[in-house]
Amino acid sequence: MTEHETQSPSITTTVELDSVSKVFNLGKPNEVHALDSIDLTINNGTFVSLIGASGCGKSTLLRLMGALTHPTEGSVLVNGKSADQARLDRDYGMAFQTSGLFEWRTVIQNIELPLQLMGWDKVLRKERAREMLELVKLPEFGDHYPRELSGGMKQRVAIARALSFHPQLLLMDEPFGALDEMTREHMQMEVLEIWEKTGKTIVFVTHSIPEAVFLSNRVVVMSPRPGRIAADISVSLGKRDFDTRESQAFFDSITEVREALRFKESNR
Amino acid sequence: MIKRAFVGAFPSLVIGLGGLVLWEVSLLVLKPDGFLLPRPSEILGSFVEHFDAIWSATLNTGYIVVTGLIVGVLLGVAWALLVSRFRIADETLTPLAIALNAIPIIALAPIFNAWYGLLSPTSNQAIVVLLVFFPVFINTTKGLTSVGATEIELMRSYAASKWEITKMIRIPNAMPLFFTALKIASSLAVIGAIVAEYFGGSQDTLGQFIVQNAASGRYTNAWAAVIAASVMGITLYLVSGGFERVATPWRPDVDLVG
Repeated sequence: MTEHETQSPSITTTVELDSVSKVFNLGKPNEVHALDSIDLTINNGTFVSLIGASGCGKSTLLRLMGALTHPTEGSVLVNGKSADQARLDRDYGMAFQTSGLFEWRTVIQNIELPLQLMGWDKVLRKERAREMLELVKLPEFGDHYPRELSGGMKQRVAIARALSFHPQLLLMDEPFGALDEMTREHMQMEVLEIWEKTGKTIVFVTHSIPEAVFLSNRVVVMSPRPGRIAADISVSLGKRDFDTRESQAFFDSITEVREALRFKESNR
Repeated sequence: MIKRAFVGAFPSLVIGLGGLVLWEVSLLVLKPDGFLLPRPSEILGSFVEHFDAIWSATLNTGYIVVTGLIVGVLLGVAWALLVSRFRIADETLTPLAIALNAIPIIALAPIFNAWYGLLSPTSNQAIVVLLVFFPVFINTTKGLTSVGATEIELMRSYAASKWEITKMIRIPNAMPLFFTALKIASSLAVIGAIVAEYFGGSQDTLGQFIVQNAASGRYTNAWAAVIAASVMGITLYLVSGGFERVATPWRPDVDLVG
């Protein structure tokens, strides 16, 4: 097996959730309704942020898309097939708040890991890993061990690894949550650059309103207990640059998201 | 590299040699009864005089230590792999391992002599295996199971099988703890072999050499054998550390204790 292209171009929806509910510890005294009848369709090529307070189920929603957990009710389709099948077909890449780099593997070997699991030839693996390092602008760090990298660099490697097998869908769970503000803004620009270059569908979980607005075409605002979609806001800021964060449109969108979050709070 | 190692070892060499000199001089000055504590020079004299006997005993004891250590380590690692992989193994084999460890293992030495024959080295090897097994098992299990949730989720997102997760994540993750256990086990193996030899097994061993010389009041000879046993322990420790350095190249400075 060599190349693994995951998406037929005719499919325009990447993720489809149909009245999805998720209950943890069903029937036990500590039963938790994490998500309640969620309907969500994500089109191919969009950058969607899921935002909400802690415990609103946004990470659970992301894990449902990745088939790392399963719905109690409803269905999750990814690329037109069950989320489980999509996981087995390696249709998505994933990045978490902690980079999850393996300390015993060099940067290159970390990026190669998914390719190795897919049975790629060694030479092709190295070649692809080098390409991905170029993409995340760390070409000279291939032979370093993760402990030698800063937090921001580790996250870049994690993103390179998530994209190494060219999945069309990228699932990110607060990937910049542990970074300082400067590095964070820098990383946001880089992710946008990657998104523009590759046309991936990105689902991005965050609890930062400016981050969600700056990155996304679409911000899905969630309310907690049980997790529901409170608002679905589209953002059109055009091409992002350093001035975007100081533009009126940016502030307007931030206000819109903040009010959607607050509205649900006061209605509880 | 070698120069650095020498510079690093310099303070401990000074302490060690200084201690020996202090030992020698204070005994010369205080002149206690000779059998209580011989001087280092006397022990060295015994060592040279009885070198052939001590060397032969060291080889036999070394054989018991190394074979027992290898079997015990393999058993501990295999047990840990089973327990970390299968719930049913965890529920049955872990309590069994803990129960085995609760036995004062040295107390089994006379019983093992009855099982395997008074002059057979097998009883001594069995003691070493039992002593070594537990620290290797418990540390390796800890290493195999203490993998973060994120790491497991990542591997699942790549559709990795359970065996692939074990091979590519759990085993490398367990390496540092395994080597810590190996260093403990290598010293335990020497202690276990010699104490077991006190009770029986082959007659040409360090344990028997110590027992027989001490029984007839030749304490200097007993001390010489103790020195040989210590050198064996240190050698095994250093060899374990060497394996560790080769097997875990990602760790910057695995030193003697690390």
